[in-house]
Amino acid sequence: MLHSLLQLGDKYFMWNEGPMIWTSDVLIVLTSLGIIGVLTYLKRWNWLWKEWLTTVDHKKIGIMYIIAAFAMFFRGGMDGLIIRAQLAVPNNQFLNAEHYDQVFTTHGTIMILFMAMPFIIGLMNIAVPLQIGARDVAFPYLNALSFWLFFFAALLFNISFVIGGSPDAGWTSYAPLAGPFYDTGVGENYYLISLQITGIGTIATGINFLVTILKMRAPGMTLMKMPMFTWSILVTSIIIIFAFPVLTVTLALLMFDRLFGAQFFSVTHGGLPMMWANLFWIWGHPEVYIVILPAFGVFSEVVSTFSHKRLFGYKAMVVSMVAIAILSFTTWVHHFFTMGAGASVNSFFSFSTMLIAVPTGVKMFNWLFTMYKGRIQFTTSMLWALAFIPNFLIGGLTGVMLAVAPADYQYHNSYFLVAHFHYVLIAGTVFGVFSGLYYWWPKMFGHILNEKIGKWAFWIFMISFNMTFMPMYFLGLMGMTRRMYTYPAGLGWGPLNMIETIGALGMGLGFVVMVYDIVYSIRHPEKDLTGDPWDGRTLEWSIPSPAPEYNFAVIPEVKGIDAYWMMKHPKGQEPEPTKAVDKSKIRPIHMPNNSYRPFIISVAFFVAGFGFIWQWYWLGIPGLIVVVIGLFLRSFEYDDEHFISTEEIVQTETAAGRL
Amino acid sequence: MSVHMESLHEPTTSSLPLEYQEDGNLKIFGFWVFLAAEVVLFSTLFATYLVFHGNVAGGPTSQQLFDIRGFTIETFLLLTSSFTMGLGTYEMRRQNTKGVVVWVLITVLLGLGFLGMEISEFSHYVSIGANISRSAFLSAFFVLVGTHGSHVTLGIFWILSILVQVMRKGITPKTARKLFVVGLYWHFLDVVWVFIFTVVYLTGKVM
Amino acid sequence: MSGQPSHEGFPWKHVIGFVLSILLTVMALWLVFSMQLPVSTEIVSILVLAVFQVLIQLLLFMHLTERDGPAYHVISLIFGAFIAFTIVGGSIWIMAFRSMVS
Repeated sequence: MLHSLLQLGDKYFMWNEGPMIWTSDVLIVLTSLGIIGVLTYLKRWNWLWKEWLTTVDHKKIGIMYIIAAFAMFFRGGMDGLIIRAQLAVPNNQFLNAEHYDQVFTTHGTIMILFMAMPFIIGLMNIAVPLQIGARDVAFPYLNALSFWLFFFAALLFNISFVIGGSPDAGWTSYAPLAGPFYDTGVGENYYLISLQITGIGTIATGINFLVTILKMRAPGMTLMKMPMFTWSILVTSIIIIFAFPVLTVTLALLMFDRLFGAQFFSVTHGGLPMMWANLFWIWGHPEVYIVILPAFGVFSEVVSTFSHKRLFGYKAMVVSMVAIAILSFTTWVHHFFTMGAGASVNSFFSFSTMLIAVPTGVKMFNWLFTMYKGRIQFTTSMLWALAFIPNFLIGGLTGVMLAVAPADYQYHNSYFLVAHFHYVLIAGTVFGVFSGLYYWWPKMFGHILNEKIGKWAFWIFMISFNMTFMPMYFLGLMGMTRRMYTYPAGLGWGPLNMIETIGALGMGLGFVVMVYDIVYSIRHPEKDLTGDPWDGRTLEWSIPSPAPEYNFAVIPEVKGIDAYWMMKHPKGQEPEPTKAVDKSKIRPIHMPNNSYRPFIISVAFFVAGFGFIWQWYWLGIPGLIVVVIGLFLRSFEYDDEHFISTEEIVQTETAAGRL
Repeated sequence: MSVHMESLHEPTTSSLPLEYQEDGNLKIFGFWVFLAAEVVLFSTLFATYLVFHGNVAGGPTSQQLFDIRGFTIETFLLLTSSFTMGLGTYEMRRQNTKGVVVWVLITVLLGLGFLGMEISEFSHYVSIGANISRSAFLSAFFVLVGTHGSHVTLGIFWILSILVQVMRKGITPKTARKLFVVGLYWHFLDVVWVFIFTVVYLTGKVM
Repeated sequence: MSGQPSHEGFPWKHVIGFVLSILLTVMALWLVFSMQLPVSTEIVSILVLAVFQVLIQLLLFMHLTERDGPAYHVISLIFGAFIAFTIVGGSIWIMAFRSMVS
């Protein structure tokens, strides 16, 4: 009995692999029990279900995205620390090669798909409807479905660590290594199916925000009067809509290879492993811009607000983003120049890649000119934006070096490349989301994050970041290749690697300080009673913090770029208090009802995904059927909206001091 | 909805048909964008098919496999069903519920006919050993044409569920919008089929 | 119902569309199986016919021209077509390398 139980444990839970797995198992069980216990003790189950799990409110969905992103940042960060621990000294055997492969695979996948993406989608959920004067997104129900699909996909991906084994073919999952013959476990199935599920949610988010931004702006806000962050999300949504279907197909093809015996990427029967690289990067390159453009949008808002100046070169900013969006679909081969597609192919894609530096450079100069002669206020949010410029520049310029196809044959798959993409993704995306977090936090929760602790977190993280990744450029040029799990002594790589590991610990410390800042600020809140703590320029600052359920009691009339600034400083008139809501204009507001169905459908997707991962079709197919039934039931739902009465609005606005 | 209520969405004031009323305009636009995403999805499958077309690995080629009579009938069935679906929308705009039911049911029957032919085509290929594992060409063929086929299957169920709603509630802004959207989906599947007919079957016969 | 565009008594648009779509299909079949053209000419001409088929569906059946505000949906489709062309053309061009290697 015990023996067969242990055998099952070895087969499904990898208990034979040692203390790391046992510790994880215990920690997961304890954490789950802890969460369940706290919720039960505080009698918060009902609250959790009614206020959060069934919500369709874009602000709450945004907060949930960011909480999940923080959890994933922790997980991905731990992976990163394990990688650095392994590489700290030569000939290290802390991890074996197989475990090392798993750790760098989950690190990359989680950081891109389950940390950067939800963090950005969280910020856009919070800010975009408020910036354009809307009461919610175009399809609030679909928005909730997108979130829960992401959430359960992330859960599915993460449980691979303790149930069945993590994927181990890199976040790019190259064939034929990731194919059925060389990778026999369930790890790669976890990768394929959880990415598939989150990808569906992401496409829905893209469509949702495109429709929201194009069709639901407040009267008077033409496209060329939109806040720059909203513009960046419009462009990002377009890239999502046209790039993510390629990922859907690519993942499906490899899934057919692995589960149903197709021959797309096999080395026999006419398969072409390099076709995987081709398809993956058709999505993968635009994906890079999906995670960077929103950060550009955040920086545009932050730099303009804290320089107390209008953004320099609004039109040039817009044109650059549109140019980046189009070009992003024409550069994918630079990820595999060394495949040997021939001189004409490589030259074309080398050229198109270098071309992207032009609009990016334009944006850089615009931020600098916005600050020029501005009254710069060095808030934490602004510090992240300021640090972005030089750090991202290093990443961008080394990117241009990599874009030169012949030179790339030298840099390819070396630590030079690893340094490059960490410099663009961390200095761009991560600095961007942190900047946005400090900037919009008051609007989310009604209090400001402590600036002093925030600045400590910034300096620790930023300096450590450079310590971690700057030496990688040199290690790459010294010949250290990507994804090697250990290296011999005597090559002179040891000292630089040790510096990197110390830097990584510093980044971890910076993250901890930031989390401490959040906890500290929740316990000692510095309330934002004005709704406009930064002397903001866009509409989200015209309403109370946190924003009421319906956002705007009266939809504002927009007269130009920086709509709220213009309300605060009307031309030719003395500035007058504009906080007051005109009571005579308040009408009952139509809002969508909460729904439990997005949550249930996503649970069913999770179950179905788990079934397909293990090829337990008795579980997978019923799971999918439940998904379909859920969708059909939704179609038959007619009464899904409610009214907020005038009295209730008057009450809320009075409490916020607006009446 | 009374004129004094403020909706979540701006009301449509233009002279567009019933299905654009309430928030129908948002949903119809959203669906067009979804179709644009589907264009990309299918184009990736077409790209895969075209790259793998010659990789038969000693197995049957497209010229040996495809049956002219079969795919021609499939094409005519689907083209006709797109026409009858269009008539359904046309009757909907004339507020003729009965006309809608008749034309939409004919559409479903034609769709089922198409699906039956496709299933028998696939099972014939499998029975002669031309299955998904035989060659990369066949993998690409089955996944491209099969993805279209599964879209058609889902479309049939979807159309039927909308039909039930139209019969229950009559032609209202909501049901009209739903019927219009599922119509767009059905016509789109015809568009995809036109390319499968051209690029897979006809080209496969000459190359 | 106010705001309803007037509809003619007979669905001419749809019938014309249907007849044209059948005609185009027959033409494609005839081009491929009854004409003795070079393969590349055949393929180009049936692709052109396919594009016409698509236009028939979009304009006569799918009411592409109906809109509420700017024609963003048309722009989306055009951009989708651009991406589709990039993916198909690009993949064929890039993956042609195997002929040089093997």
